Amino acid sequence: MGPTSIEEAASAVAELSKQGARVRPAGAGSRAEWGGADADGTVTVHTGGLDRIVAHNPGDFTAIVQAGVPLAALQRQLAREGQWLALDPPDLGGTVGGLVATADSGPARHRYGGVRDLVIGITVVLSDGSVARSGGTVIKNVAGYDLGKLFAGSYGTLGLVAQVALRLHPLPAGTATLVATTGDPATLAAAVRAMSRHPLEAQALDVAWRAGEGRLLVRFGGVTAAARAGDATKLLSDVSGSPAASRGFDVDVVLDDEAIWAAQRAAQRGPAVVKVSALPTDLPAVLAAAGDATVVSRAALGVSWLSFPEGTDLAGRVTAARTALAPHPTVVLDGARLVAEPWPAPDPGVGALMRRVKERFDPTGTFRPGSYVGGI
Amino acid sequence: MDGHGLVERLRRVVGDRWLLLDEHDLRTYESDGLLQYQQVPRLAVLPGTGDEVRECVAACAAAGVPWVARGAGSGLSGGALPIKDGVLIVLSRLNRILEVDLDNGRICVEPGVTNAAVSAAVAPDFFYPPDPSSQIVCTIGGNVAENSGGAHCFKYGFTTNYVTGLEVVLADGEQVTIGGKALDTPGYDLLGAFVGSEGTLGVATKIWLRVVPVPEATRTLVAFFDSTRQAGEAVSAIVQAGIVPGAIEMMDATTIRATEEMAHAGYPVGRGAALLVELDGAEAECDAQFAQVTAICAEQGSDDVRVSRDEAERQLFWKTRKAAFPAMGRISPNYFVQDGVVPRTTLPDVLVRIDELAAEYGLVVANVFHAGDGNLHPLVCFDAAVEGQAARAEELAGRILDVCLEAGGSITGEHGVGVDKRKHMGKMFAEADLAAFQRLRCAFDPDGQANPGKVMPTPRLCGEVPGVYRQHPLEAAGLAERF
Repeated sequence: MGPTSIEEAASAVAELSKQGARVRPAGAGSRAEWGGADADGTVTVHTGGLDRIVAHNPGDFTAIVQAGVPLAALQRQLAREGQWLALDPPDLGGTVGGLVATADSGPARHRYGGVRDLVIGITVVLSDGSVARSGGTVIKNVAGYDLGKLFAGSYGTLGLVAQVALRLHPLPAGTATLVATTGDPATLAAAVRAMSRHPLEAQALDVAWRAGEGRLLVRFGGVTAAARAGDATKLLSDVSGSPAASRGFDVDVVLDDEAIWAAQRAAQRGPAVVKVSALPTDLPAVLAAAGDATVVSRAALGVSWLSFPEGTDLAGRVTAARTALAPHPTVVLDGARLVAEPWPAPDPGVGALMRRVKERFDPTGTFRPGSYVGGI
Repeated sequence: MDGHGLVERLRRVVGDRWLLLDEHDLRTYESDGLLQYQQVPRLAVLPGTGDEVRECVAACAAAGVPWVARGAGSGLSGGALPIKDGVLIVLSRLNRILEVDLDNGRICVEPGVTNAAVSAAVAPDFFYPPDPSSQIVCTIGGNVAENSGGAHCFKYGFTTNYVTGLEVVLADGEQVTIGGKALDTPGYDLLGAFVGSEGTLGVATKIWLRVVPVPEATRTLVAFFDSTRQAGEAVSAIVQAGIVPGAIEMMDATTIRATEEMAHAGYPVGRGAALLVELDGAEAECDAQFAQVTAICAEQGSDDVRVSRDEAERQLFWKTRKAAFPAMGRISPNYFVQDGVVPRTTLPDVLVRIDELAAEYGLVVANVFHAGDGNLHPLVCFDAAVEGQAARAEELAGRILDVCLEAGGSITGEHGVGVDKRKHMGKMFAEADLAAFQRLRCAFDPDGQANPGKVMPTPRLCGEVPGVYRQHPLEAAGLAERF
């Protein structure tokens, strides 16, 4: 089913709900497997027909966008005015609606925050066909409850995200990336710590780790990006109290850095990907648990993705890593079918509260029942 | 209330000393920063720990008595206004800093800690960016309830962007931890829903916050223009150049005059507008952009751009801006502080419209505001001693909100809806939107016991079937009003 307007989407959902059908909202399908499989007979409502960029207000750094607009198309339009939506997930990001529903993110999360921080207004279709809006189109607004945050990362289980108002940012005048390579996890973690405690104003601060070798990637933006990347190398010396190279850091400043970041984003996807919510100081433990997985870490945020290559007993390797990472909560994104439960068990009190939220917003259990955290 | 033994139960929780029953004691708490509304609560408790808060709320739940949580009471929308027959839970004793973890950029505090104390606890290398003007007295718990902002929000974001975890007591007395010290706890972002819910979803007893490194450099200037239109256009030009200042604050002619009389910063009385611009960040980038900002101000018509030469002068610039509200007392016996938001590009036209309205009502409206994010604070001046003037001023303040909404803005940018703006919610949101808000409220607090009567235009009942409007039996019987 593919409605071409919010009104059509609302009547379609209302009708399906009345018939007792189960509904799965879907964008481009780039994260279709995340959150696990839906029950047989689930009707997919495709948002591809909701494809309008309703407004772009360059002077206000805001845009109003329907759910089915591909992120890449949106970014192209915004770039004409020297602006962007500061979200850079892998795979060009699918649709805006899918991005909001999964709260997916890329390296820009470091500087600009996640989906929840950039959605300033949201329009949703609920299971009874009502169309509700919260927030607005201005960046500062505290009127009413912030349902945009509630729906960001709700995986289509509360309703269909039909339209969002977004905060935009200026495209940086230039970028440069400091790349520091080491095989020592402790040195890598110490470097992250030094960088995090310093007012770098970096665009991104990531770690990449694979097969015993790690890289610290710090991206700078602005007219002085290259100089600041150069200056930041001095902080690596502080990590060891001696020149960085003597400690095993191989340091480089890359000006034409887009390929580095494209690779880093791509490493966030794979046959099986486990996302772990931890703290920056947990980085050594995350690296130790990785096994043969590639680790992509938003190192100053503490959020990491373990991407496992194909091979024997993929499910076993994923499970072993999750066990090693406990009690940090882990989610299996790519390869969710490999495990019995891609989500971690929620705290019982919070789980009950989330269930109450689900029951209020979707009392008919129309939207993807049983597919979310805690079997919601 | 006593029929349920509530007073005795609360006494057992907090003891005699922290249970206030006497009306004279309770008068201290009869309003928050919005003095137009006053209500003495039936009683107040001052719990000393999160567990005591939980027990107090559980006692209220058992007795079926509504309650309001209150921090320093510096809120400006009546969000902490007590309920006549309800319990007021005062959180000022929960003022401990529980953990400082700078390696992870986190601090964990109790709700009664002041905003300024959070930054002080992580100084000198870190700070907590959301900084309401009342930061010396306002509490973090209140900031969480109101999703408070301040001058630095344009660049740094709001309270909601900095809260990573909350220990919360729900209206049924259950205590849950939503979010945590780490980001991205799997599941619904209940944290995002709770922050800014104005005390209607529960009360936070423990708060985890992100703190960030103090910027390497800060550069501050004040530029004077002939008109707010010119100054507004300078703001647009700065932002469109891709520059995101730490703060951009504007004061109009009336405000300049009033503040200069008080702060003596040498501001030229008679000029149409002052624009305070502060850049912060990496030193090299800051310097490069500051030169650009200075040039833009000149290009946009400012013949008087003053760059702070040292920290003392920078503080003087800020003192002048922060003196704006108290200084207004020099030119007017009373004033309402309005808190509307408009898209920044509409600022010049909206300011003209506000001037027209002020003339229509025969009242003075002074404007001082966060120009970067379009958060206006028109100060509607009046003399309460003149009969009818207060009512006219209030009406004018409401008309200004209409102008904000017509421009595509919001009825509140940082002060909250509280009791003061409930009546305006229906102008900003449709019936279905308000019904969706109610779904959230009912999920957290089905009996409507936490801070009832705030935010929503009129109380609703959670027993209603959500969705497309149907008249409730109580409405049909004329016992309840929708809105």
